[in-house]
Amino acid sequence: MMHHQPTPEEIFEQKLYKDMGLSAQEYGRIVKLIGRRPNFVETGLFSVMWSEHCSYKTSKPVLKRFPTKGKQVLQGPGEGAGIVDIGDNQAVVFKIESHNHPSAIEPYQGAATGVGGIIRDVFSMGARPIALLNSLRFGPLSDEKVKYLFKNVVAGIANYGNSMGIPTVGGEVVFEESYRGNPLVNAMCVGIIDHDKIQKGVAKGIGNPVMYVGASTGRDGIHGATFASEELTEESESKKPSVQVGDPFMEKLLLEATLELIELDIVEGIQDMGAAGLTSSSSEMASKAGTGIELDLSKVPRREPGMTPYEIMLSESQERMLVVVKKGKEEDVKKVFDKWGLYSAVIGRVTDDGMYRLLDGGKIVAEFPVSALVDEAPVYHMPSQEPNYFWKNQSVDSIDLEDHHLADLNKILLDLLASPNIASKEWVYKQYDHMVRTSTAVKPGSDAAVITIRGTRKALAMTTDGNGRYIYLDPYTGGAIAVAEAARNIVCSGGKPLALTDGINFGNPEKPEVFWQFEQAVDGMSMACKVLDTPVIGGNVSFYNETSGKAIYPTPIVGMVGLVSDLAHITTQGLKNVGDVIILLGDTYNELTGTEFQKVVLGKIEGKVPKLDLDKEKKVQEVVLEAIRNGYVQSAHDLSDGGFALAIAESCISGELGARINISNDLNPASFLFSESQSRILLSVSPDNVEQVKKIAAEIGVTYQEIGVVTSNTLEISYHDVLVIDLYIQQLIKAWKEAIPCLMN
Amino acid sequence: MRFAVIVFPGSNCDIDMYHAIEDVLKEPVDYVWHDDADLSSYDCILLPGGFSYGDYLRAGAIARFSRIMQEIEKAADQGKLILGVCNGFQILLEAGLLPGAMQRNENLQFICSTESLIIENNQTPFTAEYALREEIRIPIAHGEGNYYCDEQTLKELQQNSQIVFRYKNNPNGSVDDIAGIINKRGNVLGMMPHPERAISDLLGSPDGKKLFQSILKYWRER
Amino acid sequence: MFKANVYVTLRTGVLDPQGKAVRESLLSLGYDETQEVRIGKFIELTLDVDKYEVAKERVREMCEKLLVNTVIEDYRFELKEVTL
Repeated sequence: MMHHQPTPEEIFEQKLYKDMGLSAQEYGRIVKLIGRRPNFVETGLFSVMWSEHCSYKTSKPVLKRFPTKGKQVLQGPGEGAGIVDIGDNQAVVFKIESHNHPSAIEPYQGAATGVGGIIRDVFSMGARPIALLNSLRFGPLSDEKVKYLFKNVVAGIANYGNSMGIPTVGGEVVFEESYRGNPLVNAMCVGIIDHDKIQKGVAKGIGNPVMYVGASTGRDGIHGATFASEELTEESESKKPSVQVGDPFMEKLLLEATLELIELDIVEGIQDMGAAGLTSSSSEMASKAGTGIELDLSKVPRREPGMTPYEIMLSESQERMLVVVKKGKEEDVKKVFDKWGLYSAVIGRVTDDGMYRLLDGGKIVAEFPVSALVDEAPVYHMPSQEPNYFWKNQSVDSIDLEDHHLADLNKILLDLLASPNIASKEWVYKQYDHMVRTSTAVKPGSDAAVITIRGTRKALAMTTDGNGRYIYLDPYTGGAIAVAEAARNIVCSGGKPLALTDGINFGNPEKPEVFWQFEQAVDGMSMACKVLDTPVIGGNVSFYNETSGKAIYPTPIVGMVGLVSDLAHITTQGLKNVGDVIILLGDTYNELTGTEFQKVVLGKIEGKVPKLDLDKEKKVQEVVLEAIRNGYVQSAHDLSDGGFALAIAESCISGELGARINISNDLNPASFLFSESQSRILLSVSPDNVEQVKKIAAEIGVTYQEIGVVTSNTLEISYHDVLVIDLYIQQLIKAWKEAIPCLMN
Repeated sequence: MRFAVIVFPGSNCDIDMYHAIEDVLKEPVDYVWHDDADLSSYDCILLPGGFSYGDYLRAGAIARFSRIMQEIEKAADQGKLILGVCNGFQILLEAGLLPGAMQRNENLQFICSTESLIIENNQTPFTAEYALREEIRIPIAHGEGNYYCDEQTLKELQQNSQIVFRYKNNPNGSVDDIAGIINKRGNVLGMMPHPERAISDLLGSPDGKKLFQSILKYWRER
Repeated sequence: MFKANVYVTLRTGVLDPQGKAVRESLLSLGYDETQEVRIGKFIELTLDVDKYEVAKERVREMCEKLLVNTVIEDYRFELKEVTL
């Protein structure tokens, strides 16, 4: 059955462009750019390419503030994924991407295709994917709908990564009220590549064939990119057809075939058909190469009869790639893809006229300059306004502990260990194959995961971090903390931080308060990136994360990778030997506002966030890396959610050992135990090496305190010689391990 | 001794298996694509883990009909050693080279963890280097590893000492805690745990090495 | 042309963890009358065959060979003549 396709006049008169997500102004801009009213197909192309998801029209001016350069950076933002040099002609490729809206509607497929998309971004650069990470946000687990989302998001991620044979080695899961109706699913993929194998998404070489490879095209996911750029409403449920279905088996074949193809040295350019499918890949490849491109849609392999050019161009069917190869090598491509049982077809060619031209058989269905679609997308400088709540929180910097019953610090510690945000995520990562590829030296559950690089003494440390609560309260400081904490995690694992990818998740940027959060967070992150020498090499922006007009916590996620220069430097958070000395680096202040303690014990979130001194942060990290590289460190753990008490408890749990700690200072014991002061790291060191570690700290200028020793089976913390925490390690383990399974069963 | 690692579309532990042979035994090893027809030059055939053909329909059900399986059946008849790990085990079950079938894990979730196994039979070519009742730590990673067979079959497995590995703490609901079984003749072993993932302390456990060493020793002494 | 609807179910006596989970979920939703829940597969096939008897025999073979693992599964099927 053929539907009547609206004419250019009908699109204009009935404002049909609005249904596709274009404003009247934007429509006018198109008319001006192409010198006439666009037809139906053309309007569709502009609507997806000018969506925030593809054009970054509102975020671009702010994202430009990120530092993106460094001597280690081989490829910054703008390609499928960023690339960083790790020496010996090798490089690491990585990127994070969100799939929030699809996951809210269909959590299993939404999350699975998010993983599939980010893997394709990495292997389209020519890299072999070696690890996956993720960062997830949900509402409170007491809600049945949240449980459903959580369970299915995890299962979807697991199924895709496991089937691909790429280990999912790290990530974070946070539960907060603000994500109840709008979960966040950010997936990160890390790959490895030799410098001379790096590919780019360019339609290079006039006359070269443009080939379609991978799975066939169906009607799934039409207008997915536009969907991702709108707020979620009650009606979103009915948009379910927009959600794509993933086939990890197909993608595994596509991965192997693509890497085999790249080995042939005939590829001029390659790009994943991700958001906005064939439209974005073909137009961006031409734009980047400064060429034109012509496609004949009747040649596109499809799985459903009767698909229109509009549907073919806007389909977001998964597991497809667009490749430009050297002229005359079409058969070589076909041979590889035939072996793997995949489609390959010449669907067009690179032209020299700078035009974007689509044909359906002999008939032209769209034609205009490539630059109109890609480079001339509108850019918006959105109004920004400091929200009232910000100053209110800035004026609250302490908690009146006298009002609260704090006598039983043991109970508070156990409650915090059982808080889903802190509790063991084993329930999650047990479902992920985190050991396939036999390179996982540090498994999920430590500060950062560590993946070895076969044939070398090197390894890669990787982590994802973000604290929406801090960023809500104070986006600048919170943004900087997210970067600092990620770097701290890398350092604690024995790595030197190299660079990061950012997963930006915010509410509706048309609201000045939301835009202010976004600007501030980016500025804070940028400052930390500069000081810690971790440039941003790519990322993803997801706006409109709102339900019923209420925005999520602003949640930029930092995905960071570091280089462990020798396997001997790999360090974990677990205590190792009875008798080792425990050293605390950094300073503790009375900083309980905005913390996990405030949330769990006092049931509220308000006030200032912990302050961050980036110079101090840098120095603390230097001390730890120097001590690790000298072989002085048995365990290292950064102090984050829940502060000192949680850090020492986690080190005890991981090492299945105890600790005896004695503290003397002017703070209230609860402040010392649970304050989330930044730039602090807990080390355990064999007695022979204590003086050397102190020497390093003194030389670099970092405060250190020898606070206790590793024991066998209890955690005892004394304050001015009064025992305030006294628990068996088994009690800690029980509280920490059973919390999430208990909530899920 | 020459080893073949069979590669099906969707295999994903093939590289790990290849490296295990290279690293532990330093013997020649090749990848063999599923529609290649000749296995005559190999002494031991390894069916690696993964999701052959997406595990669609049932795990191993489609791979079982690939061209190479006839060769594998022939090799089994000749008494050559055949090891199926995880998806490889599932394929051997579907092919009828080992008795029983796999179901989804009892908790319906994929499980990746390192489990304690008990060596129940060390008189096989695959386990001679282990002590009887030795406890070893080997990773598992599967969604369908819940081994099932009827009572009659179970009795036979028990009587013939065909149960080679049992889980110490049954993770998936397998009948009689079964983690790995061998055929009556003693040359075809299937196991859900991944010995190729347990070949160094750096990765968490070296306990899988002895399995590969047993294979080589058996071949040398034969 | 024939269309076959093949129903694959777990054999009686074989534990069905999926069915068990669904049963518990139904009970918790208040469907107290729920007794047993067994989950199986449903496969639709169209066959380019003229005779009913031939179609029946071919589908039986397909089931025995590939579609069903008779160690744990049972099956039955319906055949309907169809025109495309």
